[in-house]
Amino acid sequence: MSKAHKTARMSVVYVLLTVGAVMMLMPFYYMLSTSVKAPEELYVNRLVWFPSKIVWKNYADAWNEEPYFPRYFFNSAFIATVTTALQLLTSALAAYAFSNIDFWGKETIFMILLGTMMIPSQVTLVPNYAIIAKLGWIDTYKALIVPFTASVFGIFMMRQFFQTIPLEMWDAAQIDGCSRFRYLWVVMVPLAKPIFVTSGLFTFIGGWNSFLWPLIVTNSDHLRTIQVGLSRFNQEFGTRPDLLMAASTFAIAPLVVLFFIAQNQFIQGIARTGLKS
Amino acid sequence: MNQSNSRRKRARDTMAAYLYLAPALIILVVFHFFPAFYALYLSLFDTNLFGRWDWVGLGNYAELLHDSDFIRSLANTGKYVLGTVPTGIALALAIAGLLNQRIRGLATYRTAFFLPYVTPVVAISIVWTWIYKEDSAGMLNAVLSWFGIGPQAWLLDPRWAMFALCLMSVWRHLGYNVVIFLAGLQDIPAEYYEAAEIDGASGWAMFSKITWPLLSPTTYFITMISIIGSFQVFTQVYVLWPSALGGPLGTTRVVVKYLYDMAWGSYKFGYASAIGYTLFAIIFVLTLIQRNVAGRRVHYQ
Repeated sequence: MSKAHKTARMSVVYVLLTVGAVMMLMPFYYMLSTSVKAPEELYVNRLVWFPSKIVWKNYADAWNEEPYFPRYFFNSAFIATVTTALQLLTSALAAYAFSNIDFWGKETIFMILLGTMMIPSQVTLVPNYAIIAKLGWIDTYKALIVPFTASVFGIFMMRQFFQTIPLEMWDAAQIDGCSRFRYLWVVMVPLAKPIFVTSGLFTFIGGWNSFLWPLIVTNSDHLRTIQVGLSRFNQEFGTRPDLLMAASTFAIAPLVVLFFIAQNQFIQGIARTGLKS
Repeated sequence: MNQSNSRRKRARDTMAAYLYLAPALIILVVFHFFPAFYALYLSLFDTNLFGRWDWVGLGNYAELLHDSDFIRSLANTGKYVLGTVPTGIALALAIAGLLNQRIRGLATYRTAFFLPYVTPVVAISIVWTWIYKEDSAGMLNAVLSWFGIGPQAWLLDPRWAMFALCLMSVWRHLGYNVVIFLAGLQDIPAEYYEAAEIDGASGWAMFSKITWPLLSPTTYFITMISIIGSFQVFTQVYVLWPSALGGPLGTTRVVVKYLYDMAWGSYKFGYASAIGYTLFAIIFVLTLIQRNVAGRRVHYQ
């Protein structure tokens, strides 16, 4: 290929990519620009692309209009954090057993766990609701946290990594009088830190973004998560794009920040394992 | 002596292992494994979970066969799958291909494409509600007006509602597929292309003879999870059409939305369980077909 040909070809590539990227980002621009618009630029029969003045007050209004937004934020952060911590813990413990201990029933249990991964969560929605109701957990934090404190996928990911740690290390540690739990905690967990970060990130996002489950197991205002609260806000303030866009912005912001902080873990986590939040 | 020692050790190890497994196993059994069977049991009853528990056997399934709303929701879901999966894959492959040629600013482009995927569906669906606004203040209509196209009622017009749903979903998932395709493309050894270039192969020949076959495990994986994911769509529908029963004239009422309406709208929990199981069966059969038909054509290096 000639040099001129190559340059021309690369220019086309850049143009296509840039047009694509701009299109992908347009909804974000629409959200941000609308969130700071004044009423006179909102309720006109055309789209104002560039607001002539920036009304930051919309954010304060959205935050205060619905008295519970700070509460929704707290709930989502709390639920996502606790779920993530517990899920990492149960996954590490189970993965340790699968990778380091030879025990009766290992293959069978492993196959059963693999099988449960096939079941879509919508199938277990009604029975899980019935179980939660039976336990008397409807409208409690327990209902929002406990069912998600273990994950087959989390166990598999960690097991995969734990298997790469040579068993001779455990033999050596054992001679030094190290207990199983201490070995897991002091040797294996620190080695598996990248897996903890990736797995934790996706669990946290899953918790922050989950909608259908919190929608059905909570009724009280004070237990609503940010997503359920936002959906309610949407129904109540359906005619106020400025407030809706401001509220959407603060629901999205923590995830975007998290994404920029841990971009590589995200991308590599997906590229390597096809993780889905 | 030795044998009984090793047996004793195995017994001790088994005890220890189950201790480590217990927390995860208890949760998984109670909230994943058992519910899968409980759902089947529930689907044999006419129940509101509290007072009413009437055994109907396979009655719910028989009713589903004649329930035109259910059939409709299945058809809508099928349309959604067809509207999102092939488009999503083709676009992602094209973008990954563009990104996979020593691009300057690769990280920036990748971020732009990936960003929608990290957004919560509820928040982003609210944003798209306004993008789809039926008058000229809606962003989509504003953009189309540059090309002389008049405003359309994207969410209210039954002809456009499904398109609107698909477009937003493709937009949100594109980055995820791009990242996986990009990883797949980067795994193809550069020597193959160099050799082909020396032989004077055209761009299309390189794509069809090298890229496409070697990428097939990736394509297969993305197709599978896209289909499974598309069958489970709910939140977008719930937020984009908060008041209606899933879109104008029910055009976007998908299976999971119908399940939700039956359970938490009409308190027909047995019926909803039957819907859930039917969905499960469909996904399961599709997975098997995929594995046997498409799976055989996948090339593994």
